[in-house]
Amino acid sequence: MADVPIDIHYVAKLARLSLTDEESARISAQLSRLFDFIGELQGLDVSGVHPTAQVIPLANVYRDDVVKPSLSNDEALANAPQRDGPYFKAPRILEGEF
Amino acid sequence: MIDSAREQGLETEAVIGLEVHVELSTHSKMFCGCRNQFGAPPNSQVCPVCLGLPGALPVINGRAVEYLCKTGFALGCTVSPYSKFDRKNYFYPDMPKNYQISQYDMPLTTGGSVTLVSGRKVRLNRIHLEEDTGKNTHAGAAISRSEYTLIDYNRAGVPLMEIVSEPDIGSPQEAEQYLSELKGILSHIGVSDVKMHEGSLRCDANVSIRPVGTQRLGVKAEVKNMNSFRSVVRALSFEIERMRECTRVGQPIVQETRGWDESRGVTHSMRSKEQAHDYRYFPDPDLVPLSIDAALLERWRLELPELPDSKRARFAAEYGLSAYDAGVLTQEAGDAAFFEAVAKASGDAKQAANWLMGDVRKCLQLHGLTLSSSPMKPAHLAALIAMVKSGAIGGKAAKEVCDELVMHGRDPQDVVGERGLAQTSDASAVAVIVDAVVARNPESVTAYRGGKLKALDFLIGQAMRESRGKANVDVVRSRLQELLD
Repeated sequence: MADVPIDIHYVAKLARLSLTDEESARISAQLSRLFDFIGELQGLDVSGVHPTAQVIPLANVYRDDVVKPSLSNDEALANAPQRDGPYFKAPRILEGEF
Repeated sequence: MIDSAREQGLETEAVIGLEVHVELSTHSKMFCGCRNQFGAPPNSQVCPVCLGLPGALPVINGRAVEYLCKTGFALGCTVSPYSKFDRKNYFYPDMPKNYQISQYDMPLTTGGSVTLVSGRKVRLNRIHLEEDTGKNTHAGAAISRSEYTLIDYNRAGVPLMEIVSEPDIGSPQEAEQYLSELKGILSHIGVSDVKMHEGSLRCDANVSIRPVGTQRLGVKAEVKNMNSFRSVVRALSFEIERMRECTRVGQPIVQETRGWDESRGVTHSMRSKEQAHDYRYFPDPDLVPLSIDAALLERWRLELPELPDSKRARFAAEYGLSAYDAGVLTQEAGDAAFFEAVAKASGDAKQAANWLMGDVRKCLQLHGLTLSSSPMKPAHLAALIAMVKSGAIGGKAAKEVCDELVMHGRDPQDVVGERGLAQTSDASAVAVIVDAVVARNPESVTAYRGGKLKALDFLIGQAMRESRGKANVDVVRSRLQELLD
């Protein structure tokens, strides 16, 4: 666990996850194994290999710039936890609080 | 370094880099078919993709890629042979997906520059493509007291390009020149309507100061919330002065984000860099990469219209305009085209420029209009110029007709006819009036002949009154001089 080069509490906070001590220990151990695996990959010679961000053998998939119908306001807000008229309503948020 | 500058009493210089966000004027959004239009009713231009509903997949709007590449060509950038989209992860309700699709390490273009009127070259770091966020309204009088936030996602997913400059800008005035030049170029390529007041052109600034003559960058602040060219100049001036004051009193400058408060005229700390976001960028698995065909890039490059700097040079050479006039008339593509149409139709470029930059501009400003929002037609302004030149109407009447053109798009012939504004240049008709005025005012005639030249103005005024303003004042004057001299 000590050799996991990330702060499990920090990462959990970024992902808005609340972990129990047991979960923190278990996930840290799992991440530690992942880092071992990545360490192995880092030993490989990848010179000449293009970094891959996508495994689908496609590029340049575009749509035409054509307007399609949007949802109605009521449809858009149907699953909103809270609404106020035509708006989604959320608890107040301040810079620095998120 | 700053401390030693203080000890030595050295002058400091400002170092500014700008991040400009430009909404692209595509018909539809970046990754879905929702309409891209400012001012629609809240949450009326949203769909499962831009609302981030589970299972909805984004597809790249080809025109947004084209617009960004064209911008890149206009600014001398290098279009990357391979580019991709990444997810910028954060929790804030302006993006319902909890991430924004952006470009992290492989932007569509790199390099390039913007040349200011001063001749200074501001290098560009990169231009990348992303999606705009939704708009939050904090209910209540002030953010700090508001209890909740209202969200409109119409803007979420609108194609947005971010143009990042190097820290090559040396003053708030240069920052304004940079924005103005950039705005002119974007307006000419037609990729954005670049309206700062509607948020289609937005700007953040990285500011620091350093002793004159040194190269190392000082600690920077990122200034946000500047909503007009004027507020950019004010905010940067304030921030530079604040930093100089810090060094004067020996207070450290901390790296932080500072918001510009327009009404109070100050910047205030929003968050320090210690709490900076960790966005955990990673490639968006929903989108395939971009590798734009060289032939297609070349076609886009060739489709670029004439840009402001070459248009300025051409206006000066072709129409004999001053550098200043050419600069003003090429700020907006539509204005430049309007000028050219009037210049061609009237055959008098100088008068076309004078009218557009004088009475027309005054009238537009008075009524909160622009040339593109006014119904005036170039042919009608050209006709007005011709009427003044031929002496068909006088200067005062011309201004009155001009207002009708600008406000209501009317034909100057109609306005002149309807209001009886045509002036009489017929020498014999004018002579009858002038002769009568001279006969009625012997004392003025004596005064004029005795050397009181002002008496002539009185007689001209009397004759103009007699003609109810319709006599050509030049014809009146020459008849009077003929009689008296």
